[in-house]
Amino acid sequence: MDRLREGIREALAEGRVAGVMGMILDGGHPRPHLFTKDRIEDLDRLVVGEARYPLTAVLLKVLRSDPDARLGIVARGCDERAILELVRNAQMDRERVVVFGVACESEQANACQCAQPYPSSHLSGERVAPVSDSEGFDRLDRLSEEERLQYWMDQFGKCIKCYGCRNICPMCFCTTCTLDEDDLTQTGTIPPEKPIFHLIRAFHMAERCIDCGLCEEACPSGIPLRTLYKKMRNVVTTRFGFTPGITKEGKGPLQYLGDGKFGEQECH
Amino acid sequence: MIDYRTVYTICPFCGTGCGLLLEVMNGRLEGVLPCKTNPINQGKLCIKGWSAHEFVHSPERLKKPLVRKDGRLEEVEWDEAFSFITSRLKIITQAHGPDSFGAFSSAKCTTEENYLLQKFTRAVIGTNNIDHCARL
Repeated sequence: MDRLREGIREALAEGRVAGVMGMILDGGHPRPHLFTKDRIEDLDRLVVGEARYPLTAVLLKVLRSDPDARLGIVARGCDERAILELVRNAQMDRERVVVFGVACESEQANACQCAQPYPSSHLSGERVAPVSDSEGFDRLDRLSEEERLQYWMDQFGKCIKCYGCRNICPMCFCTTCTLDEDDLTQTGTIPPEKPIFHLIRAFHMAERCIDCGLCEEACPSGIPLRTLYKKMRNVVTTRFGFTPGITKEGKGPLQYLGDGKFGEQECH
Repeated sequence: MIDYRTVYTICPFCGTGCGLLLEVMNGRLEGVLPCKTNPINQGKLCIKGWSAHEFVHSPERLKKPLVRKDGRLEEVEWDEAFSFITSRLKIITQAHGPDSFGAFSSAKCTTEENYLLQKFTRAVIGTNNIDHCARL
């Protein structure tokens, strides 16, 4: 923890970064915060390992607001996987982001069922064993097609259409969303059309989902979204040999579609 | 200098009391995050909570009271709005009795404001026609 704090302090003091996105304990609640040189005393309240927030999504928002700034981020394994995909999807310029790695404790790794509870290097914590979990969809795969469809229709039927899964998602970076478009999906009515509402999102997650589980944590209705997206991820991995957040080089399978200019868009 | 911070508050939309983190970037309210450590909502929100910031900078936001004049709504100062309300309330209740009045309070108000409205309805106007917005 001291190494992490010192690392951030130095980077801010030397002007290597204009700010560092991390978690601060304020008013009894750990929350996202941009640590800056001007309020260096905030660093005393830096926390790690507390509640998880989509820090990369917040970082992206700040990067988009200031096209010249270079920023740091206190990143767990999941945050680093998100950065990898945001860069691959031309949303983030890797040169503008400095990672201060944090390894998660085994308690957190177990709670998240995290297959990679650490970033490539870390200043705080110790690497703990990955937790593997494909149980959810393995169990569903054993059901008949009819039973499986019924299972998901029941689950989707619980949806109150809060859009929380999309809003919290570090990979939902689109500025226009299919789920908001009247021509593509039914907006303004509850319940959502099922299963199409959830399947649109599932398909969009296919080569993006980094399996952080924030969507499922944010769902007020307890829909096992992570199981659904894990299945999508698994299909992409077996069919294309590509795992979002894990495969380091190259384009994602869907990026080969269209006019091929996908990767040449302007970076933020 | 870039500035990003959050302000912890309670959702204004109903009586549940979900914890919100308002995202403030360079002094401007930009978004909402559900508070993960609030024991009520535990990191979850409904669509109203997720959209709780949207009205703040909306160009359609009402900032002054509107009074209908010659069939058209016009912006007026608070003093004028209040004197219009009181004069009309007096005329209506005097002509038709206190039960011609009814009030709906709101889950968006504080307990104290709700108390005041029922007190006003019962003690000042003199009717039991007081209810809350969920009855609508």
